[in-house]
Amino acid sequence: MNAPASALNTDDAIKFRCENVNVWYGPTHAIKNNDIAIHDNSVTAFIGPSGCGKSTFLRCLNRMNDTIDICRVTGTLLLDGQDIYSKDIDPVQLRARVGMVFQKPNPFPKSIYDNVGYGPRIHGLARNKVELDEIVEDSLRAAGLWDEVKDRLAAPGTGLSGGQQQRLCIARAIATRPEVLLMDEPCSALDPIATETVEELISTLGERFCVVIVTHSMQQANRISQRTAFFHLGDLVEYDTTDAIFSTPKDERTIGYVSGRFG
Amino acid sequence: MTDTVQTSPDASFHSGDAAKARLRKRRNAETRLRAYGIIAITLAALALVSLLYNIFARTAKAASEHYISMEADIAPDEDNFLKVVKSAAKEAFPYASGRKNRRAIYGLFSDGAADDMRRAAEEGTLQTGDAVPMRFLMSDTADLYMRGEFGKLQTQPGPNALTIEPEGKGFTLRTSGDAFADALGLARTELANEAATLRRQKARQSVGIETLEKRLSDLTGPERDDTLAQIEGFKAKRDQLETKANALDTLITGDRDTRLKLSNRMASFFVAANGGILKLTEVAADTALATPLVPMESASGVGGGDWSLRILERPEIGRPVKDMQVAILETLKSEGRIEEIANWRFFSLSDSTQPEIAGIKGALIGSMWTMLVTFCLAFPIGVMAAIYLEEFAPRNRWTDFVEVNINNLAAVPSIVFGLLGLAVFINFFGTPRSSPLAGGLVLALMTLPTVIIAARASIRAVPPSIRSAALGLGASKTQTVFHHVLPLAMPGILTGTIIGMAQALGETAPLLMIGMVAFITAVPEGITDSATVLPVQVFNWANASERAFDMRTAAAIAVLLLFLVVMNAIAIILRKQFERRW
Ligand SMILES: Nc1ncnc2c1ncn2[C@@H]1O[C@H](COP(=O)(O)OP(=O)(O)OP(=O)(O)O)[C@@H](O)[C@H]1O
Ligand SMILES: [Mg+2]
Repeated sequence: MNAPASALNTDDAIKFRCENVNVWYGPTHAIKNNDIAIHDNSVTAFIGPSGCGKSTFLRCLNRMNDTIDICRVTGTLLLDGQDIYSKDIDPVQLRARVGMVFQKPNPFPKSIYDNVGYGPRIHGLARNKVELDEIVEDSLRAAGLWDEVKDRLAAPGTGLSGGQQQRLCIARAIATRPEVLLMDEPCSALDPIATETVEELISTLGERFCVVIVTHSMQQANRISQRTAFFHLGDLVEYDTTDAIFSTPKDERTIGYVSGRFG
Repeated sequence: MTDTVQTSPDASFHSGDAAKARLRKRRNAETRLRAYGIIAITLAALALVSLLYNIFARTAKAASEHYISMEADIAPDEDNFLKVVKSAAKEAFPYASGRKNRRAIYGLFSDGAADDMRRAAEEGTLQTGDAVPMRFLMSDTADLYMRGEFGKLQTQPGPNALTIEPEGKGFTLRTSGDAFADALGLARTELANEAATLRRQKARQSVGIETLEKRLSDLTGPERDDTLAQIEGFKAKRDQLETKANALDTLITGDRDTRLKLSNRMASFFVAANGGILKLTEVAADTALATPLVPMESASGVGGGDWSLRILERPEIGRPVKDMQVAILETLKSEGRIEEIANWRFFSLSDSTQPEIAGIKGALIGSMWTMLVTFCLAFPIGVMAAIYLEEFAPRNRWTDFVEVNINNLAAVPSIVFGLLGLAVFINFFGTPRSSPLAGGLVLALMTLPTVIIAARASIRAVPPSIRSAALGLGASKTQTVFHHVLPLAMPGILTGTIIGMAQALGETAPLLMIGMVAFITAVPEGITDSATVLPVQVFNWANASERAFDMRTAAAIAVLLLFLVVMNAIAIILRKQFERRW
């Protein structure tokens, strides 16, 4: 649409290239013919008013929409040039490559260790206990949680505070060594301090991964993302560098939204 | 401005009299509701308590059994232990001669006495030799007598001296102070009843005579002669009855020295004197004719206070323990030769036609095997079915149909499953009749819908966020279900399963259909042996005519309840195990 990938300054390689993406929930047309190119080693933010299809689009990227019976996706979604909706892509394997963090922290009712270790275990990333211990520690460190939980790895993950739980979920997601990390409003259930910690974490992660984050907070998008996409009623209205979106938005709707007039 | 009046704040609305009335009404309604709740709970609790009290009070009686200690001669290679018991009894009660008395004596002992010796001999713990002190198990009726099930023997001390004179086979007893007045009174009432019966018969004869006499005028020739003869016969009968009744009247109104006969339809009266027990057969106010049941050491008279009158209210005809047996049991008791011992036999033996050697072991083991089969089938099949329906099956008309049918199946009367089991498992597949295998199959069918419904409900109750989390990590559907959903649903599934199993444990009707009602005395050693189960055992014993099965029925119910408690406890422990993991 009116947000071609070429409009962006691109020193990063393109991780996801999406063309003519349409999503229907039964008769509801939730995503309308959108194109977007998501860059590697950077943070991309999806913003827009509630119900505009941010989460829906995000879920297309790791085929979590497959688990919703009435959901139908068309168009081309290329991950490193490979169509993720083609027959020879196994959605389960895809989700190991494209990790996801949800709006509400959802740790498994298991120990902290098992939470983080679960992904590596089922994907065979660790050959033995020592390797697994290493992965768990690395992931928890990367999520900035290690110092807080290293003495109680056997305690249940559900016993942590909200912010800790969300960071545990992030640690769990990065433990499977994903190439892309999708985050759907990861800070919406957190207090300002926890939010700050998680935001710092996301910024750091953005240097190593391709991170896509949905957020309702414009300040957050501004703080942590390099690029921002603005959605409105299923349309991808504008997609540009974050600086451009917030300083010189082009579309009327974007101007309205970022200046806080609607949304 | 008028429409703002209605919504403007009005101080009186929340504090005026109308408001107070509303408040009172609401509070009253709440109080009433609480009261109804408390009443309902109290009633339920009362019903439960009275049920449990009833069962356990009767169970307590089955907790012990009575033994008679006596000496027996046991040869080293003895194999007829029934004979050992009989000759020991004969030796112990030499005065009980004659077939009838002998039978009464043998009737005090259970076949279990011989069984005990046989078992001891097999284990090599039986002591042999002459005059070995032994404990013989009492028969069910003697045991019931010892528990006072046929009334307690009442003792009235004889305050005045008693003279004893031999008369025929018995003795004439003489005392003073109207000692036998009660017995005499009873005898009189009995005679009065008898006289009344005779008079009623007489009245019937008179009616017959009248009818025949009316018919007489219409008859001629030989017919008339026949009828006349008939009338004569009736008249003779009538006069005879009248005479008999009159004779009874004179007896009843006779003086205090007229001896009246006591019958077995009246309370039994005994006299205990000189170490023996006599039974009164004829009584006047101060004299009586008595026959010895347990012989006296001497026939000399005794002083006041040295003898007593013993009364058993229930007539001999109305109880299985006869007067002779009563006398012997009372003697044994006073000699301290009756022992009451815990009834472990109940748990080590299986069903029997004799209540005192009937036990619960066979049924208990049968129930265990059956429950094992039921669990091994219903649990995995039910859980798998629930997982498939809940997590994998597409939503379409076919799965809706299956769902509706599973729900309906849970409401099918259990006897129908019994019929199905008979037709399919036994007649078609040739599963052995009355085996725990057949029973378990039938009960598994019955339990399956309960397990499926409970399992589906608890699988559905697992938060979807857990599924998303697992799927988002790249876990497959199967991994998600088995690693995350099932462990979380397990407590609920176990609860549902235990409810189903508890239902199955108490089920009788379908098992009757497949022959588990058969009389089986062996303990089943596997799932294909013939067996019975606890509820069927309860059913059988409740139907048995022997009184002593009564308390054993209660005991069997108690065992059934205990089984249930144990099963529930296991489920709770398992559930805690799953929950403790998080
Ligand atoms: N599972 C579903 N079934 C049917 N319709 C859905 C489903 N999920 C989303 N929708 C619809 O799709 C549209 C987009 O929803 P989506 O959740 O993507 O919005 P969103 O931008 O994430 O909103 P929010 O900011 O409130 O999370 C909405 O109209 C919503 O009603
Ligand atoms: Mg959303």
